[in-house]
Order: sequence, then C-alpha cells, then structure tokens
Amino acid sequence: MLKLQGISKTYKVGTFGGKALHAVCDVDLDVGSGEVVSLIGESGSGKTTIGKMILKLISITSGSAFFKDIDITTLKGRELKEYYRKVQGVFQDPFSSYNPIFKADHIFAMIKTEFYPDVKPGDWSQKVDACLKDVGLNPPDVLGKFPHQLSGGQLQRFLIARALLLETEFLVADEIISMLDASRRIDVLNLLADLKKKGLSILFITHDLSLAYYISDRAVILYRGSIVEMGSTERVYFNPQHPYTRMLMATVPRLDQAWEDVEIAIRQKQLPIGQGCVYFGRCPFASEQCSLEQPQLDEFEKDHQVACFNCKRG
Amino acid sequence: MSLHVENLKVYYQTLRGDVRALDGATFDIADGEIMGLAGESGCGKTTLAHSLIRLTPPLKFIEGKVELDGEELPLADMEKMDDFRFRKISIVPQYAMNALNPTRKIRKMTAELLASKGASMKAIETELQRRLDLVGLNPEVLDMYPIELSGGMKQRMVMVLSTLLDPSLLMADEITSALDVSTQKAVAEMLVEFRDRNFVKSMMIITHDISILYQVADTIMIMYAGQLAEKASRETVIDSPRHPYTKMLISSLPQVGVQVNVTRLAGIPGTPPQLLEPPQGCRFRARCPLAFEKCLQVPPFVEVEPGHMVACWKEPGKHA
Amino acid sequence: MMEKKSKKRNEFFYFAFKNNKLRIGLLIVLFFLVMAIIGPSFTENDPLSFIHRGVPLKPFESEDFIFGTTVFGQDVYSQFVYGLRATFVVGAIGGGLATLIGVIVGFIGGYMGGKTDEGLNMGTNIVLVIPTLAVLLIISAYLEVRGILLESVFIGCTAWPWTARAVRAQTFSLRSREFVDLAKMSGMKSLKIIFKEIAPNMMSYLLLVFILQFGGATLNAATLDFIGLGPTQGISLGLMMNHAVAHSALLLDIWWWFIPPGLAITAIVGALYVTNVGLDEVFNPKLREM
Repeated sequence: MLKLQGISKTYKVGTFGGKALHAVCDVDLDVGSGEVVSLIGESGSGKTTIGKMILKLISITSGSAFFKDIDITTLKGRELKEYYRKVQGVFQDPFSSYNPIFKADHIFAMIKTEFYPDVKPGDWSQKVDACLKDVGLNPPDVLGKFPHQLSGGQLQRFLIARALLLETEFLVADEIISMLDASRRIDVLNLLADLKKKGLSILFITHDLSLAYYISDRAVILYRGSIVEMGSTERVYFNPQHPYTRMLMATVPRLDQAWEDVEIAIRQKQLPIGQGCVYFGRCPFASEQCSLEQPQLDEFEKDHQVACFNCKRG
Repeated sequence: MSLHVENLKVYYQTLRGDVRALDGATFDIADGEIMGLAGESGCGKTTLAHSLIRLTPPLKFIEGKVELDGEELPLADMEKMDDFRFRKISIVPQYAMNALNPTRKIRKMTAELLASKGASMKAIETELQRRLDLVGLNPEVLDMYPIELSGGMKQRMVMVLSTLLDPSLLMADEITSALDVSTQKAVAEMLVEFRDRNFVKSMMIITHDISILYQVADTIMIMYAGQLAEKASRETVIDSPRHPYTKMLISSLPQVGVQVNVTRLAGIPGTPPQLLEPPQGCRFRARCPLAFEKCLQVPPFVEVEPGHMVACWKEPGKHA
Repeated sequence: MMEKKSKKRNEFFYFAFKNNKLRIGLLIVLFFLVMAIIGPSFTENDPLSFIHRGVPLKPFESEDFIFGTTVFGQDVYSQFVYGLRATFVVGAIGGGLATLIGVIVGFIGGYMGGKTDEGLNMGTNIVLVIPTLAVLLIISAYLEVRGILLESVFIGCTAWPWTARAVRAQTFSLRSREFVDLAKMSGMKSLKIIFKEIAPNMMSYLLLVFILQFGGATLNAATLDFIGLGPTQGISLGLMMNHAVAHSALLLDIWWWFIPPGLAITAIVGALYVTNVGLDEVFNPKLREM
C-alpha cells in the first residue's frame, strides 16, 4: 500500500543555510494492506520526520514515495485533499492536537465542511455516533465537551474516530500511547489491533519496544535517520543482529528479566552522516570499513534484513 | 536513616475548593532502602515528594507527622525546613536538567548553592571532582555553561549536585522520563551506585515506569488517587501483588513476548476519581471487581506478611 | 456542558473584575471617553471662535467658561472636550489601521514562512527604519490643508511594524502546534487555517495589541500636533498645547490652557498601558497573583 524508496530529509541550518542537517537518509519502507509496521527509534532517529513526510506535513527532500501506486511527492491541492481521505495521522500529545478554544467535536465539523459538505446533519450525527462507538466511546459522554474536560485516552480515541469518519486506509500513529496513563494504554493499543483486523494499515511510531511487540507484524529499527535492521517482529526481537538493536533489546527495562550487561563502546563522537556507518561511534565491533562506507540493508535470513558489515557471522 | 510518615495529608488549594491530593499516607523507608513510588498521573506521588521537601502554596498541609532519622520534619514551616533541605533530604526534580541557570557556569552555580547552605566550595571541591568522575563527567564540565552539555550529562550533573552534602534521603522525581534508553539505564544504575557508596542513605524513586523500578528499586509502593495501595519488595509487587489495583495494573502492561493475537491484555475500565470531592472510602472502589460494602470505609495500610503492606479489606488479616 | 463554558467565562470575569490595574485603567479611559461624547453638549461655544474679550479668564471665574479662556478668548472647556473627541478618533482610526495592517502582515508572513515571509519581513523592516518625522515634514510641505483623517492614516501606516513582528512571532509558535497539522490534514487551505484556527487563538493577544496601538496613536498624534505637524483645521489636545506654547501661555502663566490637555493625554495613554498590563494578567494565569 505504501512504498517509500530512498526517502531523505535534509534541513538547511546555520547562518545563510550553509550547513545541512540530515534527519532521514535513504530510507526504504513498505507497508502492506492490513499490516502494522512499527518504526522504532529513540529521539533524534528521524522516526517522527518520516511520519510527517508521509502525511505531507513536511516536504520530502529526495526519494520517491507511492501510495497505491500514486506518486505522493508531488501532490497538491485537490489531489492532496483526496490523499487525506485515505491517509491520516494521530500524534503524541492529545491536548496539543485540539484547538483549545473550540469544543472537541470541532475536529469532526472540520471534516464535514471539507469532505462531506452535502451530508444532512441527521445523517452526519449518525455517522459520528457510529464511529465513536467503533472506538469504544459513548457518544453522549464525549460530545459537546471542551478538550480539557476529556481525558488523554478519550482524546486520542476521538482522533482515531476522526480518521474513521474519512475512509482512512493508512494511519500514522506517532507515539500516541506515551502520554496516556498506564491503565489506559492497553485500551488504545487493543483498539488499533481491532482496526487492523478490519483492514487498516498502521505505521506505529514508538520508542517503546514492548508496545511495538504487542501489535506489530513487522519492526523497523531506526538510528540517526537510517534503518539499521528490519523484518518480522519475531525475528528482529528474538534474533537481533545489529549491535544497536541488541543494545536496545538488552537495555530496555523489562518486567521479566534484569538488565543485561551489553557492550557499548566508549562514547566517541559519531561520524557525520553520510560518512561511514551511523552507529560507528558506539559500536563495539566497528572495523575500519565501518568508518569509511555506509552498510546497506542486506538480507540476513528470510524476512529479516540488517545493515551491518560485521553481522554475517550471525 | 529511616523515614517514618504517619497519616500525611496534603491538599491543593484551588478556586473551587481543596483537591485532596494526598489523603492519609502512612509508610516507612528503612535505612539503605531504595523505594520506588509508582502510580498513574494524579495519584499523588509528586505531591508526596514535594510535601516532604517544599510545601508551598498551592499545597496546603492538613495534618500528619514525618520523622527523618527520629527527628520530626517541620513540613509546614518553610524557614525551619531550610535546615533540612539539601542537607538531610534532597530532591532531583522533574525536568531537573532544565533547572540549571543558563547564564551561569556550573562552577559558579555550585558555589552559590553550597554557600546558601553554609558549606564552602573549597572544602568540597575534591569530593566534587571524585563524584563527577564517578558518574563519568569530565571535571572540565564545571567550567561550562549548561547549554554545552547534553541531556544525559545535565541529568547526571544535577544528581551530583543534589547529593553533594550526603543527604539521608534522596528523592528522584521522574528523572529518567526524558532520556533515551541507554542513558536511562546509566542514570538508574547510578542511583543505586550512590546508595551503595553511601552518598545517600535511602532513596525514593518516583516514576510512572514500573519496569525501571523493577530493575533498580528494592521495594515498590503503588499509589492510587491520593491513597496508598500496596508496598512490597519488587518481586512481590510484580509477581504476586495482592491489591486489586496493583494486580490489574501489572497485568495491563505490555511486555516483550506478549502479542495481541496470542494474549489480549485488558485495561482497567473507568477513570481515576476526581479528587475535589473524592468518593467515600477506598478510592478504587468504583473500578474494583472485588468491591463490597466495607469498601465505603477507607481500608488501612497494614502489613499482611513481613515487608508487605496492602490497603484492601479483602486481604487476609483484616476484619472482612 | 453549558455549565462548563459559563464557568470558564465566569472565571475570566472574576479575574477581570478583581484585577486592580484593569479596573483603574478602564475607569480612567471611560471617564474621558464619556467626557468626549457628552461633553460638547454642555457648551454652545465653538472651540475656535474668539468669544471673550479682555483678560483671559481663569477657570471657575465665570459661569460661561468653567475652564477659563485662552489668550484669544476661546473657551478652553469647549476646546478640551472637542479636542478629546479628536484624540479618540485618531486613536481609534490610527490605532485600528496600524493593528489591521500589522496583524495581516504578521499572520501571513508567520504562517507561510519561506519567501513570502522573507519578503514581508523585509517590507516590515523598511517601514520600521523610515524616519517618519522626515516623511511627515515633506508631506506637510506639499499639503497645505490637512485633516484628522490624513493624520490618522499616516500614523496607521507607519506604526504597524512592531505589531507585525509580534504577531509573526506568535503565529510561528502556533503554527507548529499539532492542531494546525490536524487542520492541514483535514484539507483546510492555508488562509482558512490562519483566520479560522490560529487567529481566534490569539484574540486576547490581538486585544492587547489594539490597546497598545490606540495608546500609541494617541500619543503620536499629540506629539505631531504639538510640534505643528498635525491637522491644519479643527482642534485636538495636542493642538491646544501647540497653540498654548506658541502664544506664550507658559510665560503668561495661563496654565489652564495647556495643563488640562497635557494631563488628559498623559492620563489616557497611561491608563491604556496599565489596562494592558492588567489584561495580560487576566489572560495569562501564570501572572496572576492568587
């Protein structure tokens, strides 16, 4: 459904835009129909940037991107609006996604004005009620309220309901769980899993490994703008090859095992992007080749790719 | 050292009345104990931490007694508490790394901080260097401005500063939330190291991330809506909790290895109660599958087995 | 639901009425405004006609001239209240125009970014550095007859840059908020987003901006009038002071000619600024002293 090839995002920084900041470098990513793909990375990995590029909120510096074979890099005007019928996003901070001076339902009204101007009010409120029920909300409880009167979990579900009002086929979920209370997180996750069963494709952006494991079919590990490992969730989690992935798996605090000691090289400065491997500065297995060339994603085993020169030994 | 808290009640003053944010907390922290304090937003954990060190409006002290090393803390008296702050009880607040004055070099800031507590920079300097080295900070850091340090470095700097005078009790308020995974581990392990080296005697680590507590805390205390729910060793809380809230909470946490198609986890239906006019009795009552009439009275926080405290009428040992 | 909305409004008014600065400031401005509106109806004297003959009257010396007369025998009270009207008109038109231009330039530049913003920013800077006094001198050399409207428009067209800057900065910070992203993803066009999503959020800020511009325009006009670059017809508080000084009121100690207008300007502009500070406290919960 979604196909990204060689996607890059470079910002011009410094006085007079002299220097370049490479946020995303040459990313290839596919998401199939009804598939949940987790984009896993820490802050600065570029995961949010990729999400925003897919949502056309940030321009794509180079590379090609196709949504159902339509080139999305050049979408404008009416075509862009049609794109938004199918592709939507939900972000991390539920309270920031709402204009504080309007009621929460304002987001539905926006959809109606832009996409369904001719639908009769009665039919529209039926549609809204149905979508609210689909996300597990009781319409009388949540309609007509201001954002500060609803909880974070309710607001996030409201946003998912909004995506359902359109004919969303692809949802970009950027850290949508992290600001929710622990006891409500699982509800939203379960909701995403249910929607996936109904055919929705989801790009689940997160830094939390356990959340990603819970709902995704495939996992993509991102570091400093490049994909270092990707494949089916099982394979990436239980047979991680890339030193960064291994470090992540060992360092994430778990409830079933103690922290392992993992090898991290002494903190050297990382190489500038574009020169050598992105993980060179912290990699305990780095060789000279790693400082000169950037490894490409290579098939390690079926459904499992790694970008590392020294991983062939398995 | 030991901390003894008895029936501490601290409310928030608002236009609409008092929000009963902390309503009767009674617990102990033993010498050398690292206690994790966990709970969802609004449970009162930050209120508890701030009450112990800086009870300023809109916080309002209602009643309760807190003893640190046998000495009663004058919580409601800002001036008298000054003798205890930083010396006997210290805190690394949330967003500590943003609390460093950007216009001061670190050395100057440290000197000012020490001077305000009657300690001299000269006397402490060697120890300071030792500690910076311990946490992996270059001594040159003292001559830098905060903006030159990374997030993790600032966090470690603040930790060193907060413990410079060897307080008996250190409270760490959500210090790992804004860090990336490897720094998180380093900072959490550093906390344990501080205790092991006797820079601090005991610790209270406040966070919403229970898995970090499982890694470094000795005991975990769970709070809900201003009341204490359970306190026990970390293994007990995770593997065999007794309070219904703890049980439901732990089982709603996704773990690596748990997949939705195989095991569908359940959340806790309902929402935490409003604390402006909280429900009578046990505040978890409305969402608790085991609730019965007795729950209209607040269950006391008592020991059900050695080292394991629970506040629930359904637990053996109580009058059911 | 309605309860919550009215509670929020009530909260606003509660703080508004409790705020001393707001109360005092508004009171002063309203006092003068009322005087400007109904004041002229208490006198039949034209402000510029030479009515009284003889030694200028002191205030309260004569029933017909409660503020006294000028050197030429004009009714100071009449001049004062008509002058107040002119002052408020210039403040409103000049301030309003400046606000309008500044807001539009600021919004569009702040939201669009890129080349549009660079262009608008450049324009803003140019207007900022133009020596308005010099331009005004040139204009007054060419136009022998100038009215209040021209003065207002001139002030409006030269006082907007700081507003544009401020609004631009605010728009910058608002446009990166996620609700703007959401609006984009709902297919809204940029202009629509600016005026329907971002602008309403800044209403309180825009109110403050207008108050400042109003005060600024009033002061500006008084200054221009005082140095003789004001309208050639009519009367305003600044013109009163101009005439007074030009005709030796200072030497002759005819204080009632120039002190009332001076005090009035000071009081109005000062009150407006104080109101501004008070309103800021009301809008921004963090500044409130609880």
